[in-house]
Amino acid sequence: MTTINSETARYIKPSKTLMVRRFLAEMPVVAWVGLIIILINLFVVAFAGVLAPYSETELVTDVWAPPNPDNWLGGDQLGRDMLTRILYGARTTISIAFIATILSFTMGIVAGFTAAVVGGIIDTLLSRIVDALMAIPTLILALVVISVLGTEIYVLIGVIAVLDSTRVFRLSRAIAMDVAVMEYVEAARLRGERLWWIMTREVLPNTVMPLIAEFGLRFAFAFLFIASLSFLGLGIQPPLADWGGMVRENATAIIYGIAAPLYPAAAIAALAVAVNLVVDYILARQNRSVAAAFDGTG
Amino acid sequence: MLTLIGRRLALGILTLLVVSVIIFAGTEILPGDVATAILGQSATPENTAAIREQLGLNRPPYERYFEWLVGFVQGDLGTSLGNRRPIAPQVGFRFENTMLLAAMAACIAVPLSIGLGLVSAIKQGTIFDRAISVVSLMAISVPEFFIGYVLILFISVKLGWLPSLSNVNERMDFGQRITVMALPAITLTMVTLAHMMRMTRAAVISVMNSPYIEMAELKGVKYWRIVIQHALPNVLSPIITVVVLNLAYLVVGVVVVEVVFTYPGMGQFMVDSVSKRDVPVVQATGLIFAMTYVLLNMTADISSILANPRLRHPK
Repeated sequence: MTTINSETARYIKPSKTLMVRRFLAEMPVVAWVGLIIILINLFVVAFAGVLAPYSETELVTDVWAPPNPDNWLGGDQLGRDMLTRILYGARTTISIAFIATILSFTMGIVAGFTAAVVGGIIDTLLSRIVDALMAIPTLILALVVISVLGTEIYVLIGVIAVLDSTRVFRLSRAIAMDVAVMEYVEAARLRGERLWWIMTREVLPNTVMPLIAEFGLRFAFAFLFIASLSFLGLGIQPPLADWGGMVRENATAIIYGIAAPLYPAAAIAALAVAVNLVVDYILARQNRSVAAAFDGTG
Repeated sequence: MLTLIGRRLALGILTLLVVSVIIFAGTEILPGDVATAILGQSATPENTAAIREQLGLNRPPYERYFEWLVGFVQGDLGTSLGNRRPIAPQVGFRFENTMLLAAMAACIAVPLSIGLGLVSAIKQGTIFDRAISVVSLMAISVPEFFIGYVLILFISVKLGWLPSLSNVNERMDFGQRITVMALPAITLTMVTLAHMMRMTRAAVISVMNSPYIEMAELKGVKYWRIVIQHALPNVLSPIITVVVLNLAYLVVGVVVVEVVFTYPGMGQFMVDSVSKRDVPVVQATGLIFAMTYVLLNMTADISSILANPRLRHPK
């Protein structure tokens, strides 16, 4: 058993690095732009404190000061440095969206795979609950829940994760359904493997690429969602810097022709577009490989 | 076909019921409590109990649910906690405003997106097509408020063409209303345009590649006649579906846009009530939004059954 495992491991390893290299080599320019914007954002999330010229709450310039050498993007509605706020805001907004996405993925995949593999009443029950939740527009349901639970950060993360997990559930259930009827899963089941083993060792490895693309889409959704909630004043609360909230706080400047709210809004837009560009490439690649597989057999 | 539509209608009504239960339960089962939510910091056991008594929260939930639902169906939306007045008259004109804005956006977005989708499908692979596809991908991923503020900055502040605030009121005549509603309607158009356009394009391309179109081409039928007479009837069904789905999206997307332009619609009312923790108003507006959404989704399904020749004769 151990020899077989190490052999498979040796066989998989080089093919994986090859896959990554081929993935990057064939990537078109727009997807590269997207990937670079994502990487810059991750860098900012990690090093916001080091990169920021001022502190998050320090008043350093005039209210809505125009961009100048000291404050590259000018000041915000209280005279804090806009660039600093955006760097710190990246950390808040992106990490909350990321945690929510991880949570929604864990819940969605576990529930979806369980539904597909176990089937029967559990499948019916989970599917109907998800159908019911998806019948209501996400924002409306979130507003209803927030009106009772308030805007604590863990509430926001929980709400987004649960609502988002419905989509992950549907996708992972559908994928697992396809995989669950394959011979090797049947073989594992007849071998007497336990459910967890089948899910993690047989089903999961064959569903990685569509799930990565889905992770990107879900992250973009969670990220836009938290930004929108904060913009409505029902998300992350001040004085914590976050992009959606910054748009809201600086909104009145726009009537005087000052671009202040557009900086955080542009940051949100750029990251959302970037994620979508990369996901678009992954999906297009996948379609091509599916088409190639069909050509090969047919 | 009739059984198919009947089944869809029954499912729609069932969905509406489930949706009302979820919205009601959303404010009931959750660990938070309406009474403490209203009182916030000043909650003491005594006044919490008083509020609970006043709201009738001591009665069993199912009793209150039926009371609420029956009232809702009869047009009684309950009483606002904020100003202690009935909710229905406060929602009425706001609902009209919201629908008006959504309708105006739809009037621009639907013909424009179908037209652009057709053109980019026919000019498939040209620079025009590719430019439209990149722009539409961006428009899909960008938040509504970004588009809204960019439009305000350039069109209303720098160029002075249209007003930036959209505070419609009773005294305005039709022309004035259209002028103040133009920017929010354009914003909503841009948000929904891309999706409808891409779907139209995909539907047209898939039909144009089918053998019967090739046959028509070989017979020497004129190109535009092929598109209009041969292809269009078959792409109608997917296009109708995607249009109605986007109308459903419009009704919800309106929430953020109303806040950007301070448009006195139901979305802004709901957001205000959430921050004031005015739960009865949130429940009422939430249910109206959700109902509109469910009904439009049902319409999408039914119209696609009606428009699709293959669905008219199920296997």
